[in-house]
Amino acid sequence: RAMELPPGHFPAARAAALAVGYLRYLRGGPSSGLQLRELRRARLQDIDDVGHKYYLELELEDVLDKDRTVSCTAEVLYQLGSKSSAPDVQLTVQGELRSTEEADQEFYNRIRSLEKELVAENIPDSHGNVPPELEPIHLLAWAASGYVIWQNSTENTKFHLAQVKHVKQVKRNDEDLQFDFVVLLHEMVSQEVLPWEVTLLWHPQRGARVPQSRAMGAGS
Amino acid sequence: HQVLRVVPQSNEELQKVQELQELEHLQLDFWLAPSRLGLPVDIRVPFRSLQAVKAHLEATGVSYSIMIEDVQALLDEEQTEMLRSSRQRSVDTNTFNYEAYHTIDEIYNFMDLLVAENPNLVSKLEIGRSTENRPLYVLKFSTGGTNRPAIWIDTGIHSREWVTQASGVWFAKKIVQDHANNEGVASILETMDIFLEIVTNPDGFAYTHTTNRMWRKTRSRHAGTICVGVDPNRNWDAGFGDAGASSNSCSETYHGPYPNSEPEVKSIVDFVKSHGNIKAFVSIHSYSQLLLYPYGYTTTPAPDEQELHEISAKAVAALSSLYGTKYTYGSIITTIYRASGSTVDWTYNQGIKYSFTFELRDTGRYGFLLPAKQIVPTAQETWLALKVIMEHARDNIY
Repeated sequence: RAMELPPGHFPAARAAALAVGYLRYLRGGPSSGLQLRELRRARLQDIDDVGHKYYLELELEDVLDKDRTVSCTAEVLYQLGSKSSAPDVQLTVQGELRSTEEADQEFYNRIRSLEKELVAENIPDSHGNVPPELEPIHLLAWAASGYVIWQNSTENTKFHLAQVKHVKQVKRNDEDLQFDFVVLLHEMVSQEVLPWEVTLLWHPQRGARVPQSRAMGAGS
Repeated sequence: HQVLRVVPQSNEELQKVQELQELEHLQLDFWLAPSRLGLPVDIRVPFRSLQAVKAHLEATGVSYSIMIEDVQALLDEEQTEMLRSSRQRSVDTNTFNYEAYHTIDEIYNFMDLLVAENPNLVSKLEIGRSTENRPLYVLKFSTGGTNRPAIWIDTGIHSREWVTQASGVWFAKKIVQDHANNEGVASILETMDIFLEIVTNPDGFAYTHTTNRMWRKTRSRHAGTICVGVDPNRNWDAGFGDAGASSNSCSETYHGPYPNSEPEVKSIVDFVKSHGNIKAFVSIHSYSQLLLYPYGYTTTPAPDEQELHEISAKAVAALSSLYGTKYTYGSIITTIYRASGSTVDWTYNQGIKYSFTFELRDTGRYGFLLPAKQIVPTAQETWLALKVIMEHARDNIY
């Protein structure tokens, strides 16, 4: 019923990228960034009247701590003919990566105590540089992009965050940090680089949430 | 800085906005390029160009709105200017900084230095001119003979893939060093020539420095099209115009009005045909960490698929042996996507059996904006894979 797929072929790779994007949103923060180290196994099930379901076995690493990896099994369901709803992703992560509690709290306190709201552009810059103090912002943009990628992926797309064009912190009365991003997403199949506006809320215990996002230039 | 939004409502307005793209001294950064009427064009305008841009638009009644006001970036700009002015022209290829990204002038200067330092090994050929009349230069590495069987390597056909041009510069120096030390590719150079085109798309490359870091295509304008540029990796005469390329000039995979419409492509086609003795052809891109062979335009396997697959396995193992970088390999159409009119499909159909495309580092964390400190490791590991391909071509004459 479920067909074995070569991990080196693009259908499995696209489903894996989507699963990792979703996981980045769920688990993302300023002190860690999850990346796919290896797609170990992939199977595809064509479910009549429902859609295509991919079963994936992934090995993931934290970009800031590459000595450790965790395993993840994911089920990605691309629903038939559905242009408006996001693929359904179910994940199970086995194992633990290093704790980021302390680093997260430190970042949170630092931003909360800024007198002027943080503003930055072009992360990374043209030469791939990210100033160390902006790396947490880069990682938060990665988490925010994960949401957009999850919501907008199909079997015919593979998105990556190409660059943070602009980020502006917005001070709030509640305990969340808010960052308004303009990110460039690179879509591999069409090769387009698409600007998106994404608002991200983040809190050390509550994690990341995206209350709103929209593609720029699609007739706003 | 400010980010201005213009929504052209007429062809005149669209033209006025497009004119801004040509004014390089304004250092405008187009987040959304001009394409169709009614679609917004977003332009990040440095502080010092604001007055000029607003005047240009207001003079023809083009309305704009201010999307983002940002004062802080002024400081960042000054810092960038300082860095830029501190870059000095290299006087020789030993002091050239291989760990940094360079401008087109710096790379063209490097080529001249390399030739001047090694006149018995290296020569520079001009194989044509780009749309904007920039010379298309190929370095020839040869220890003699007449029209020896040859290996072709190109980098930078897609201008935003900066690690590829940077790697090409490193490869050029590496070939010279190996020859001087009688190791590595010195043995290949005994019986074969190597041709290396480092800046295969110079107009696009210049544009990534001055205006839009994410520019991929050429900078040509064809009659009856709205947008600028053709995807040079969809413009070759192999499945041209089939599924896997776009007929919309505003698309990043626009194939162009006809095969070889782009001088950057035609010049290579003419060179390959007139040389007649190229045995291996490698076209280098980034990113994704892939080693690919034909076909992209059809699911029919290439007749030599088994051999190409075996070479790829060996090449990828060699690459990985240096820093553990993982590559996937296979045909274009099964590994990334269907793509028509691509370079190595054409070269393969011309009879150049060992036709390969690389997608270098990384897998998406930095993508096109690969940190400069990864240039040399990337070039070093890729070179090991290239040597496998070159040695196989040398040892399997056809």
